[in-house]
Amino acid sequence: MARILAVDDSVSMRGMVAFTLRGAGHEVTEAEDGQLALDAARGSTFDLVLADVNMPVMDGIAMVRELRTMAQYQGVPILMLTTESHTDKKMEGKAAGATGWLVKPFDPDQLLATVKRVLG
Amino acid sequence: MASVGVAQFHQVFFEESLEGLDVMESSLLALDEGGDSELVNTIFRAAHSIKGGSATFGFPEMAAFTHEAESLLDELRDGRRAIDGTIVELLLRTVDCLRGMFARAQSGQPLNNAEAESLRGQMAAALGRKIEPKAAPSRRAGDHADAWRIDFRPHQGMLAGGNDPLRLFRELAALGELQVQPVLDRLPPLAALKPAQCHLGWVLELGGPATRDQIAAVFDWVEDECELTIEPLHVVADEPAPAAGVPAGKPPAAAAVHGAESGSVRVSIDKIDGLIDLVGELVITQSMLDQFREEFDTAKLALLQQGLTQLARHTRELQESVMGVRMLPIGSVFNRFPRLVRDLTQKLGKQVKLELVGEQTELDKTVLEKIGDPLVHLVRNAIDHGLEMPDRRRAVGKAQTGALRLEAFHRGGNIVVEVSDDGAGLNREAIVAKALQRGLIASGDQLSDEQVAELIFQPGFSTAAVATDLSGRGVGMDVVRRNVSDLGGAVAIRTRSGHGTVFTITLPLTLAIIDGLTAAVGREHYIVPLVSIIESVQARPETLHRVTGGGELFRFRDEYLPVLRLHQLFGCTGAQAAIEEGLLIVVEGDGTRVALLVDGLIGQQQAVVKSLEANYRRVGGISGATILADGSVALIVDVAGLIRLQSRSKAA
Repeated sequence: MARILAVDDSVSMRGMVAFTLRGAGHEVTEAEDGQLALDAARGSTFDLVLADVNMPVMDGIAMVRELRTMAQYQGVPILMLTTESHTDKKMEGKAAGATGWLVKPFDPDQLLATVKRVLG
Repeated sequence: MASVGVAQFHQVFFEESLEGLDVMESSLLALDEGGDSELVNTIFRAAHSIKGGSATFGFPEMAAFTHEAESLLDELRDGRRAIDGTIVELLLRTVDCLRGMFARAQSGQPLNNAEAESLRGQMAAALGRKIEPKAAPSRRAGDHADAWRIDFRPHQGMLAGGNDPLRLFRELAALGELQVQPVLDRLPPLAALKPAQCHLGWVLELGGPATRDQIAAVFDWVEDECELTIEPLHVVADEPAPAAGVPAGKPPAAAAVHGAESGSVRVSIDKIDGLIDLVGELVITQSMLDQFREEFDTAKLALLQQGLTQLARHTRELQESVMGVRMLPIGSVFNRFPRLVRDLTQKLGKQVKLELVGEQTELDKTVLEKIGDPLVHLVRNAIDHGLEMPDRRRAVGKAQTGALRLEAFHRGGNIVVEVSDDGAGLNREAIVAKALQRGLIASGDQLSDEQVAELIFQPGFSTAAVATDLSGRGVGMDVVRRNVSDLGGAVAIRTRSGHGTVFTITLPLTLAIIDGLTAAVGREHYIVPLVSIIESVQARPETLHRVTGGGELFRFRDEYLPVLRLHQLFGCTGAQAAIEEGLLIVVEGDGTRVALLVDGLIGQQQAVVKSLEANYRRVGGISGATILADGSVALIVDVAGLIRLQSRSKAA
């Protein structure tokens, strides 16, 4: 099972994501904003990063950009959690180095399907 | 299974969204006073979180509503729209409307109402468009084929972005029969080959019933990182689209949020870590004491005493820390006032500057939830009755803008919340005239300023010449005092004509534990809360007076206080009937003093309050029960309740 970093400032969204992934047997580390996620990423390695776009302190896009400058995060899948109305955010995220995205709202099954898609 | 898992986050979602709405509101108010653009970002983030959450947790109406607000905010953020009073007002009403939606969501009612619809329409109009249902995507020719040829040429950097071609092929293979042919034309010589880059291309053939959209979806994340062509090998004729293409709506979330009122507390990690440390200490002490169980001789007495002292200290610390878990900063209550003051002053044409002090002061969660309404009442009164109109203030030589201050601080074992204004102060003449009219005082009474101020706490007392729709509807200060005393607190008032009024609310730190004096009455023990005790005295015969009608009075300093015989009130047997043989405890509740007759005092102690109402039923004059050290039950006296009980029986 994979080690996953879940980044979202919303406690309920992060809780839902972490709960679902843990239920599927993954090991989940939670972070509240991009900066805290970077701190967590530096001290550890993850197989997958799931990140919200809109966050205080450091948003998801800036976080992806930073992660991709770190050698151990080349090629690691990073998915942005974004809303339907923000197509431009998908592209901004991609340009910053994100692997793909998961469109909100999503239910636990969709989340697991997407994670499976990336991790195989 | 999955939905049960998600349902547990509903309550968290509600709580964080309500916090988000508070942030939106205070930021909007700051924006209205010329704040910076970072505020718009903050507001946007809050709205965006609510939108995402409400869609995820099954509240599509709320998501659609918030979407409009978010679009407006997006325009503000990009500078496409100027921030003005109208837009702030519209967004403030949106915040109110969302609060209503959350309240309805929590009680399982339909979310949308006429107000929400109208507001959504107004936002859409401001955005210059109409709300229309989304058109279904039209179908193109060539979307269906028996087999597909896919030409896939990734850009060199695709691998670094975390997209592995193997993953894509795996997904395609799940759609049908896949054949993969590598294209090596871009492969560099070995010396120039960088293993982290993608130099290969592929031609894929996929057999089976897959549609173009399904194939495109596999490549959705890499669209801009590759060259991709998808061509049908064998075209089939388009069938009419299946009619039932719309996914069934999610079931209403009402059932899942049942019992949302039970509520929860968010506790900082520091507090929890502190608790865990303390429990650790307690376990160590326990194991140290455990060694005396097997063998004990007097040589170990000093060690045992040391252990017990440690146990006492840890228990006290643990008790304090556990209480701390229920403590929350009063800021969450104060935060609603900037909006309230803004709306009220606009309505009344007054100018008021609100100052909030001590927002970090922590209060018990229950106290916090119930102190809001009394505070709102005091603030409304201050603006409505206390603070003067700008021209009036100028005429008497004051600053045109009135000052209103809310302050919270610790004093002794209590929390004090003060509401003060620099307005006109209480109008003594108007109050006396009103009290005369109501028959609360007689025309010959000589009243001190303190006594006059106390009159406003009488039921149904209101002095506003014309009752406004804001305050002065007769539900007044008596309700404020009642609410506060239900929380074990007290309200006091200080006023100076022409200089303003200060209301002081004194509240206990916690409702779970009280400091009390244990008193014996017959074979029973009663606990009198320390906060309400003025003094306990042995009554001498010359200080006692019997009045016609059966009442007994005790002269305490310069006052005559009614004597309440606890053994009579509570029907205890074997108690002292003669006042001179017993002890009088002078107590004060709701601004009234009485003397309680008990047999004697046992001592002072902390009592853990157990609800009588939850375990038995509500009993007048009793606020709860506690377990004493010997295991027996003692009732806790509710002084204000006793006084109300007494005055009712007197009136009857």
